[in-house]
Amino acid sequence: MNPTTQAILHFLVTWWVELVCGVVIVAVVPLVAGYVVLVERKLMADMQARLGPMRVGPHGLLQPIADAVKLLIKEDIIPDNADKLIFWLAPVISMTAALTSMGAIYFGPNFEVARDINIGILFVVGVSSLGLLGIVLGGWASNSHYSIIGAMRSTAQLVSYETAAGLAIVSALLLSGTLSIREIVVAQYSSGVWFVFLAPVAFFIYLVASIAETNRAPFDLPEAESELVAGYMTEYSGFRWALYFLGEYANMIVVGSVATTLFLGGWLRPFPNWTGGPALHRVVEVGWDLVPVVFIGLIGVYCIYRAGKQPVPIQTWFMWAVGLACFVVAAIYAVPTVLVAMHAAGVAGSLSALVLPGLNGAFWFLLKVAGYIYVFMWLRFTLPRYRFDQLMHIGWYILIPLAIVNVLAVGVAMLLENQLGRWLAMVVTTAFTLATALYLVRLNDKRTASASSAAAVTTDSYAG
Amino acid sequence: MLDSILFYFFGGVAVLSAALMVTRRNAMHSAVFLITTLLATAGIFLQLRAEFLFIAQIILYVGGIMVLFIFVIMLVRLDVPLHHIRFRLQKFVAVLVALALGLEVVAILYSARQLPGQGLFVTGSAPADALAPNSQKLGESLFSSYLLPFEIASVLLLVAMVGAVVMAKSKKGTDES
Repeated sequence: MNPTTQAILHFLVTWWVELVCGVVIVAVVPLVAGYVVLVERKLMADMQARLGPMRVGPHGLLQPIADAVKLLIKEDIIPDNADKLIFWLAPVISMTAALTSMGAIYFGPNFEVARDINIGILFVVGVSSLGLLGIVLGGWASNSHYSIIGAMRSTAQLVSYETAAGLAIVSALLLSGTLSIREIVVAQYSSGVWFVFLAPVAFFIYLVASIAETNRAPFDLPEAESELVAGYMTEYSGFRWALYFLGEYANMIVVGSVATTLFLGGWLRPFPNWTGGPALHRVVEVGWDLVPVVFIGLIGVYCIYRAGKQPVPIQTWFMWAVGLACFVVAAIYAVPTVLVAMHAAGVAGSLSALVLPGLNGAFWFLLKVAGYIYVFMWLRFTLPRYRFDQLMHIGWYILIPLAIVNVLAVGVAMLLENQLGRWLAMVVTTAFTLATALYLVRLNDKRTASASSAAAVTTDSYAG
Repeated sequence: MLDSILFYFFGGVAVLSAALMVTRRNAMHSAVFLITTLLATAGIFLQLRAEFLFIAQIILYVGGIMVLFIFVIMLVRLDVPLHHIRFRLQKFVAVLVALALGLEVVAILYSARQLPGQGLFVTGSAPADALAPNSQKLGESLFSSYLLPFEIASVLLLVAMVGAVVMAKSKKGTDES
């Protein structure tokens, strides 16, 4: 065997987990993003008392695949005056940045893509912020007024809200004392409480800032369709447009993962420290381990319950198939759970003891991310879009000062922990931060009131 | 083996896109190639196990400064001043800077050759835990040995920021009144 082959083999043996996980992410995330779009449309329909997509598959379950095929075979249009190179490059940047940043996310205790890098959380945040470059370059390269206004809005918005998001992240990092994603979650385990309860204001700031960073309503000004057609993606069509779209939804998953890791306890199940004492210990452990199996099984039961109510026979069969698939997955999932519960010996037992924490961790992690994304959608259908100057005021006059005060408050709370106890220190400093928030809001109201009365004719150049 | 491949890949990309950045006529293309250069340099940092430097380069330079560059390129029509102002002095200064930099590179390569066990083509790599834990070590040295330069730099940045705000404010005031 010559040295080159040996080197390649060595490389494959050392890195196969990372390679496989990378391929899985690149393959699965677009599919998941497509289904997130379906969930969003269904939720929107539900909140507006409609049915939403119903035609393709039962309850529109195959809609994302139909959309993907449609986008793939659509004509690929590049405007004549566009800058071809950058027009081609921009959506790729957006998509790549979102997918790359997923590499450092930890889905479970034994289930990460990259190895536990020392600067994990910075990697995720920093690389996902590169998606902005795709938006800006795409807007510029389209050579269209709508696109360039969208791109400029996007830049201003992201640069403003990234500061607030960064300071909110710093609050959580102060509590955990490390940048490594794994150790942030471990810190939440050993402190016995998710950081959202210790730094609620930081979580709120991160929630608002991450909505702005992913360009979603009520902060979706870069693509405000009532003013800018589609903002920075006006000139894009077909699969290039789809790449932007996928990048946006992948980015939602990324910010959801960051929030979950920093504030919601990552892969930890609820009440990770409550073991039920020596008597109930095993019951509690097995009970929590069974939750994912039961969850997937219940989805299957629901699918079969709905199967009889489908209008067309083929849809009934499809629902039966989905339900049975859920049962199969639940059954496969149940095997390691039962083996671990019985403390089985042998290869199968030790293998499941190795795999099960990762699987359960991934289940809880993804459930929390899904909850976070649900809040995103809920806000989108509830709140009207802000005006651009309002957006800037919220960012610069309220969120950033509040985030700075909050970092100080969290630091003070950590200092006072020994004197007052953790909860009292937390409540006192949070009350102080909330008072600051009220003051900032009142200040902003006064400022806008005086500005609108003094200069009613002044137009804002960004307002489009 | 893998280390050398990665090093030559990142180095090649950095040098090539730096050359392209200088030669492109279109300012936006230059900016894109500058981004590529910065990313490739970040890759070399990562290979040297300087993780924090790697991500600081990406967050600050690519995510911050380059975005502002692109923003400015979008806002300002660069082709207009290019026709009016001839950068006559620029060539002279550029040659001078390039010469100085070239001399520095030669000096570094020469002194690297003097070290025992090091060839001319030293590939960038470091033992796995040479700088671990990276961000902690960086923070410790910043806040102990290099506290004064760190504080001076932060004061300088603060002054620059306040100065920029003051200049922008005064201009806006005259515009509106």
